[in-house]
Amino acid sequence: MDAVLELADLSKDFSSHKAVDRVSFAIPRGSFFSLLGPSGCGKTTTLRLVAGFETPTAGAILLNGQRIDHLPPYRRNVNTVFQSYALFPHLTVQGNVEFGLRNTLNHGAANGGTAKNGAGSASDHVRRVLEQLELAGKESRKPSQLSGGERQRVALARALVLSPEVLLLDEPLSALDPQLRQQVRAELRDLQRKTGVTFLFVTHDQEEALSLSDTLAVMRAGRIEQMGPPAELYGKPRTKFVASFLGAMNWIGDVGVRPEAMHIARIPTSDAPSDVPSIRGVVENTAFLGPVAHVSTRLEDGAKVTVQVPSSDGPYCTGESVFLSWSAADELRGLL
Amino acid sequence: MNRLRTLFLAPAALLMLTTLIVPLGIVAAYSFLSRGAYGGVETPWTQENYTRLFDPLYGAIFLRSAWISFLATAGCLVLGFPLALFIARSGPRKNLYLALVILPFWTSFLIRLYAWMFLLRDTGLINTALAALGLIHAPLPMLYNQGSVILGLIYGYLPFAVLPLYATLERQDPALVDAAADLGATPLRALLRVTIPLSMPGIWAASILVFVPCVGTYIVSDLLGGSKTVLIGNLVQNQFTSSRDWPFGAAASMILIAAAITMLALMRRSREELL
Repeated sequence: MDAVLELADLSKDFSSHKAVDRVSFAIPRGSFFSLLGPSGCGKTTTLRLVAGFETPTAGAILLNGQRIDHLPPYRRNVNTVFQSYALFPHLTVQGNVEFGLRNTLNHGAANGGTAKNGAGSASDHVRRVLEQLELAGKESRKPSQLSGGERQRVALARALVLSPEVLLLDEPLSALDPQLRQQVRAELRDLQRKTGVTFLFVTHDQEEALSLSDTLAVMRAGRIEQMGPPAELYGKPRTKFVASFLGAMNWIGDVGVRPEAMHIARIPTSDAPSDVPSIRGVVENTAFLGPVAHVSTRLEDGAKVTVQVPSSDGPYCTGESVFLSWSAADELRGLL
Repeated sequence: MNRLRTLFLAPAALLMLTTLIVPLGIVAAYSFLSRGAYGGVETPWTQENYTRLFDPLYGAIFLRSAWISFLATAGCLVLGFPLALFIARSGPRKNLYLALVILPFWTSFLIRLYAWMFLLRDTGLINTALAALGLIHAPLPMLYNQGSVILGLIYGYLPFAVLPLYATLERQDPALVDAAADLGATPLRALLRVTIPLSMPGIWAASILVFVPCVGTYIVSDLLGGSKTVLIGNLVQNQFTSSRDWPFGAAASMILIAAAITMLALMRRSREELL
């Protein structure tokens, strides 16, 4: 594997806690790698360590096989899209995008990718990136005159214009409103494919991580809990934490069953191909989600079980008695 | 609602009227009258007080005032900006540091200026110490010159520069400096291309807050400047005390006020153009 970025036993201690605890991973060149976890799990600190805003307590960061953990941020050929975008409010779109080029033209050795472009083609390069991000015609606007989606694209353009070895994205979609987020998510994935730039993406949104990533690492309390392709993590989670964090999960004792693998029926002789005896539950409420609905039920032992049904099914009324069943193949057992 | 507003604003409005507007009107009227034999004013009405101000002698005083104030303002910005930046980036300690900046106000400015005199004069602490160490044989002339006036002004008005600079720096998103570094800017370039340009409103505010009172000062030049460094403030003061030429002092005051207002308007305009 041609790893562009490698983290080896990277740790960061703050006075009160270990923010990052012996994290190791390697990102293949040109791939989309996500760090997913709840707030405070260390994913943003990991990103800041790679960018150079924090100094590791132990471990190493290698970019193209060279250690970079001792370098200041302005000497690392990685660029960041900040959660707040951190666009320079006193500069126009053009000024923001050119900001990095003006620095690298002076000491181009730091950013090998841009040094190649030289001064002559720099403006062409800026124009191409602005066009690619659909910002042509907006060059002279100030950030305050842009919409949220446009600001996000300026933040991307500003970083991508420097042709970084790795683009670091710190929850870049969280500042957008939900409708726009879906659309921008798809655009982001396309952009990554088109440019071929390696993305290190940090998010707490499991849907984003599942839909975007080639490789996904779930973090918890400063450590990587599990890492792999999204489908593998969703289908074969190693721990209960991963199982619950990626999608919804029902726990019947120690056995996990996804809501979409659950069958529901009003009579025990279910039409579902079920090799597990059905269990009784009482409907608590039904949440309509468009194509599907989630029926929340409570078992006799008090456990809560959610069943995903097509929204054409039902309706299931509150207080109604139902029978739940599932296939043994859909059971997740032996999770830590 | 409107009546309540009037009620609450009335005391302040009354105070401004009786202690600012009316006295200013009196000064304006005096500036067009003739001097009385023992101070005070007499008729006839005249413009002569203003014509006299165009004498090169007074022109030099006005220019000197402007130049000294400019140097003091520049000094306050150069010293105040790094201090304000340091405080704004000190995390939880910044309130303590701000309190220290304001601390000198607990002592009268007059007393603090006398302290400077004791430090700077020929038999003062600094000269005595240097002489005792054998570094100098004759005392250094540190007091009663233009330098000591500028020093006193910078010392006195530094907090007025630090506070607005701090306010503008503290509001800046710290991620912007990270972003600059991320885009390849060294700390110095980040300062020059991001932090300082974004601080221009605070730099203007600091400049106005320092420059305007410096132009009108008389106490600093009186105590630390000796007789050699006469500023507009001293000119005005002299007319009302030893010279007993109230109308001329009033005219000089009016010019000073007009200059300050013009300056504020100019700065405001250039600031609007900037943002």
